[in-house]
Amino acid sequence: MTRPNPITPTLFFGFVAAVIFGAALPYFVTDFTTFQFTQAMIYGIALLGLNILTGYNGQFSIGHSAFYAVGAYTCAILLYHFEWSPYAAIPASALVTFVVGFLFGLPALRLEGLYLALATFALAVATPQLLKFDLFEHWTGGVQGLFILKPDALFSGWSTDQSLYYVTLGIMLALMIFAWTMLHSRSGRAIMAIRDNPIAASTMGVNLPLYKTVTFGISAMFTGIAGALFAIVTEFVSPDAFTFFVAVNLLIGSVVGGIVSIPGVIFGGLFLVFVPNYAQDIKLAYPWMPPPWAIFGTFLILIIYFAPFGVWGFLERASAWARRKLRS
Amino acid sequence: MALLEVKGLKAYYRQTEALHGIDFSLDEGSITTILGANGAGKTTTLRAICRMIRTEGEIRFDGQDITGLSTERVVSRGIAHVPEGRGTFVRQSVIENLQLGAYTRRNKAEIAADIERVYGYFPRLRERHAQQAGTLSGGEQQMLAIGRALMLRPKLMLLDEPSFGLAPLIVQEIYGIMARIRDAEGTSMLLVEQNANIALNLADHAYLLETGAVVMSGESAIIRDDENVRRSYLGY
Amino acid sequence: MDLFLQLTFAGLAIGSIYSCVALAVVMIYQATDHFNFAQGEMAMFSTFIAWTMLGLGLPIWVAFFLAVAISFVAGVLIERIVVRPVENAPVLNQIIVFIGLLVIFNSVAGWIWEYTIKPFPSLFPKSFGFETTLISAHNIGVIGLTLIVLAMVFAFFRFTRVGLAMRAAAANPDSARLVGISVGWMLALGWGLAAAIGAVGGVLVAPIVYLEPNMMSGVLLYGFAGALLGGVSSPGGAVLGGLVVGVLENWVGQYVPGGAELKLTFALVLIVGVLMFKPAGLFGRIVVKRV
Repeated sequence: MTRPNPITPTLFFGFVAAVIFGAALPYFVTDFTTFQFTQAMIYGIALLGLNILTGYNGQFSIGHSAFYAVGAYTCAILLYHFEWSPYAAIPASALVTFVVGFLFGLPALRLEGLYLALATFALAVATPQLLKFDLFEHWTGGVQGLFILKPDALFSGWSTDQSLYYVTLGIMLALMIFAWTMLHSRSGRAIMAIRDNPIAASTMGVNLPLYKTVTFGISAMFTGIAGALFAIVTEFVSPDAFTFFVAVNLLIGSVVGGIVSIPGVIFGGLFLVFVPNYAQDIKLAYPWMPPPWAIFGTFLILIIYFAPFGVWGFLERASAWARRKLRS
Repeated sequence: MALLEVKGLKAYYRQTEALHGIDFSLDEGSITTILGANGAGKTTTLRAICRMIRTEGEIRFDGQDITGLSTERVVSRGIAHVPEGRGTFVRQSVIENLQLGAYTRRNKAEIAADIERVYGYFPRLRERHAQQAGTLSGGEQQMLAIGRALMLRPKLMLLDEPSFGLAPLIVQEIYGIMARIRDAEGTSMLLVEQNANIALNLADHAYLLETGAVVMSGESAIIRDDENVRRSYLGY
Repeated sequence: MDLFLQLTFAGLAIGSIYSCVALAVVMIYQATDHFNFAQGEMAMFSTFIAWTMLGLGLPIWVAFFLAVAISFVAGVLIERIVVRPVENAPVLNQIIVFIGLLVIFNSVAGWIWEYTIKPFPSLFPKSFGFETTLISAHNIGVIGLTLIVLAMVFAFFRFTRVGLAMRAAAANPDSARLVGISVGWMLALGWGLAAAIGAVGGVLVAPIVYLEPNMMSGVLLYGFAGALLGGVSSPGGAVLGGLVVGVLENWVGQYVPGGAELKLTFALVLIVGVLMFKPAGLFGRIVVKRV
């Protein structure tokens, strides 16, 4: 659990296969399904940010919806008020959320585990109200939010949904490789050393404040990029899209995929998009069923009881077990 | 009949075996001491009796196996444990600490009488009865720990290094009181000590523990005269 | 001047509700080092239970006492069944379980009672026999009832055998076991009491904010702020912290531009500010220890 996922041959070929599968997918499914997979990847990017912070650096955030919101609103404002191209607005949103995350990381430096969780909880609960605030209404659209338009397809052979799918896929792969490289570098070892034993890390010369705040910034940036993509593909931002329940969603996705994992975020993202749909369908068919959120809450608790390492942790354990069996 | 009888006791911290199958027994009304160096397994033995760690083997108290009980149940059978580090409730007052010692008992008049009895042994606790226990000196906290154990009216007291970190004069005072308690109440005691000299003076029987196994046992007087014990544990 | 006094009294009333929530939070924190993020939703659920019993035609005080009693039992059960498996788990796992509970209570309440807002009657008469424009009858009742409840809680902890055992179990679980206290049941009892106190807060706040599944999110945030301001290691401090925060909230809402629309942000600022600059809170104690 302490190391990020090392590259094994299985993992490498699995990755290549997944990329090929991902690249081919839009040619075999409807635009709507493509759109759903885009959403899943957007969640995956947001989860990646959360995992870097909470899973690898040990700083608990149960309020990442706030950074998701900052990314989404930055992008929407740039598109709506300044008529930027989305491809320029996404990096700009990344920069803004990095700064916001870095700044929030400063007070977070003084907060140990549980207290940081509390502070981020408060942040997430307060976010929608801030987005509705009168003084910002000119920029944020207040309660109404902002409508924006999807960009045209990059290539004439693609639909807009397919185009956005490939943009998202590209960004997700780039960010996954970025995260993987970062966590396997010297800095990555420092980031994890801070999680495992902060005192020892600082006596070994790790600059704790710098690493923690920058990690916070990077984490917020990932989630902010996801927010920007969310704004673009849904063509709309509003305060109610960023309630505390979005933070809970991110937490669920992260736990499902495996908090200490990079590839696990894909499973988390797929879970967050497809399972609620099925749950909704079941609810419509059987009205006596408890609402999806109640099932998610229960599910969340059950995962923590029985498989706190998530899907990816499970796969790792299963493959380690299989290798032991093969050897003996 | 032995009040406490331990057979083939093994104890574990996670996967590590800390006691490798020890046997000993303790007669009613007697004081038995377990001696040994740091890490020999003395504290572990006491923790095993109180069901605070995972064990294998048999522990019979008053003729009944207690290995299936929880710590609280063992305590309510009449085993009072004066733990390593004294286990003071630092935020509570001295008198509240004593009341907590009598938690398993209900009769208020008897409890009040027993508090007086404890003050009889430890007059200093009476002087400080309203004080926050965390502000007591080390010796006073040790007295409080013993007093708290007495409040259970125990059949057996387990004492974990009552001399630890205390000035020699205070140690003597406390051991003097322990002797008085044995004589007045007939309480059996299982005493763990690194200070072999003073423990052997008080105890009737002694067991010598080395790295999780009993290497010698017998009457205190005989153990004290053993050449090896003298050199390794008594230092003369 | 009248406005200032009105604001202050109303602040004390809402603050005493925050005090209830803060006390519930601190009780669980002291016993187990957890922040129960679901405390607010549990209180909301309790209030809905009271509302349902009102609908069955029970007198309001009967509904109130029954809801508090049911909450107590539910609190005990939740600790025994849901929280206990993660007693020794990493902090993050515990936090996630509480978030799970929050979500469950919120959505089940929405499922059973729907998300529409419902008026909730006051426990108190329209007037206490004298006329004043400075404070409403409900607010007088809120302050009075909270004071009674808090006094009872403190008397329980200070003067009863079980109260002492609960304090001991929270402060030093190993030693508590060694005097025969069943620490697990003390924790469960603590949860029960916290749930019951939260229920009092819920029933008192419902006439002010209207009853709906999300009614407690702001109250919980202010409860946390109060608990931190007073000091999470001090139940008395938490109560005072709740009162202070309630009054501050009203002053800020009136006199600071934008304060009325940004009440949650103000709570956020308070929480982060206290954590940064005065982590022990105003009344957090540090015990002098000698060895």
